[in-house]
Amino acid sequence: MVATTSLSELPERVERFDRVQRVAHWANAVLFGIAMATAAALYIGSLSALVGRRELVKDIHVIAGLALPVPLVVAAVGRWGHAFRRDLSRLNRWTRDDVRWLRSWSRDPLVRAGKFNAGQKLNAAFTGGAILLLLATGSIMKWFDPFPLTWRTGATFVHDWIAFFLFITIAGHIVYALRDSDAMRSMWRGWIPSAWVEHHAPLWHDELSREAEAAPPAAHSSARPSDARDAG
Amino acid sequence: MSVAIEGKPIGRRVVLGMLGLGSVGVLVGGRLQDAIASVFANDPTGITSLLPTGGRFRIYSVVGYLPSRKTAEYQLEISGLVDTPVTLSYADLVALPPTRMTKDFQCVTGWRVQDVKWVGVRLSDLLDAAGVQDEAKAITFHSFDGSYSESLTLDQARRPDVIVAYSMEGKAIPARHGGPVRLYVAPMYGYKSIKWLDKIEVVNAVQPGYWEVRGYDVDAWIGRSNGRDDQPV
Repeated sequence: MVATTSLSELPERVERFDRVQRVAHWANAVLFGIAMATAAALYIGSLSALVGRRELVKDIHVIAGLALPVPLVVAAVGRWGHAFRRDLSRLNRWTRDDVRWLRSWSRDPLVRAGKFNAGQKLNAAFTGGAILLLLATGSIMKWFDPFPLTWRTGATFVHDWIAFFLFITIAGHIVYALRDSDAMRSMWRGWIPSAWVEHHAPLWHDELSREAEAAPPAAHSSARPSDARDAG
Repeated sequence: MSVAIEGKPIGRRVVLGMLGLGSVGVLVGGRLQDAIASVFANDPTGITSLLPTGGRFRIYSVVGYLPSRKTAEYQLEISGLVDTPVTLSYADLVALPPTRMTKDFQCVTGWRVQDVKWVGVRLSDLLDAAGVQDEAKAITFHSFDGSYSESLTLDQARRPDVIVAYSMEGKAIPARHGGPVRLYVAPMYGYKSIKWLDKIEVVNAVQPGYWEVRGYDVDAWIGRSNGRDDQPV
């Protein structure tokens, strides 16, 4: 380990997601839920037969789909979005270790993860691409008039397959969250135990420790003071 | 301020790559869909029916419930400008000379189910049985879902490939496919093949149906209407 600082220099709890990120996450989750439920009612024959009201279900699906990127965009722009933008940048940047970790099917014990591991980075990129593709193909399906006819069939094809894989990755996202209550609760209350950080995101732990050393102790105001110096 | 984040912008490349692949998919997706559908066409397990393989029915209903009627209670009424209004039970229909067809079902939104086995009675036979009067020009079809209606000109209705169907894929037509009795208008887009057929009314002018007042073409020839160029059935 090349860690330059010890655990005792970080407060017991550190902020993982700020309020803006959490609000954006849950707004996004609700819209995804509505879009996925209406998608199922439009797509799965036996559900379509039960729910009916195709025009209404379609309208709700389109509105939820169009609104879906809004919380993310609003959270990313403006002064309030600095933490979200920084996390987006973390998700975007892949190190050699990230690639090695994915190639080892997440088994390589020598790889130390940052705030996000390579699986989370891959999932974030896929989800981002999927949202853009669903938005574009859904728009072609809804407003098909100006486009060549084959585009409508092609857009339906892309929309269906992307949605199919997105169902799987979102189910996976929820399963992983349920298996790690600290991580899941951090999306609700914002903070996470620094012991969790040291175990699951050691490089981020190093980063936070360096920052804590460089900056005045008040930098982690959301967290409880953990030693006498902070208390003073 | 915090230190710069290391690494290559691979996340962005994944997103851009997906957008590229997606664009190709929009351009060639129709043909890909057909290829995938033919691969999955013979799946006895039915597991692949949840995959977006195309080539399968999507169930559209314009009302908020699944209309259904028991075959024993089913009645088809033929009325309007006819000499003798006729009411047929399901058993009456099945007793008439059957017409069998194996033909595709093409939806105006793009999906197509190939080689569906249909059995029914020619609509023209039913019209002859009731006796169409001279001033009659068209047919209005009513569904027992209470909302949907359709239309055909008399000439269209007399085509041999227009049937009142009571069997599909070798079985009684299930409720979600419009059973017990639906119309199958082979040469036209699916919205013409009204489900849950209730009444056949002979009239003196075409009355545009449910989707037709909402913008679809009244003459719905496959490949020659609604701005589409699908292969005719």
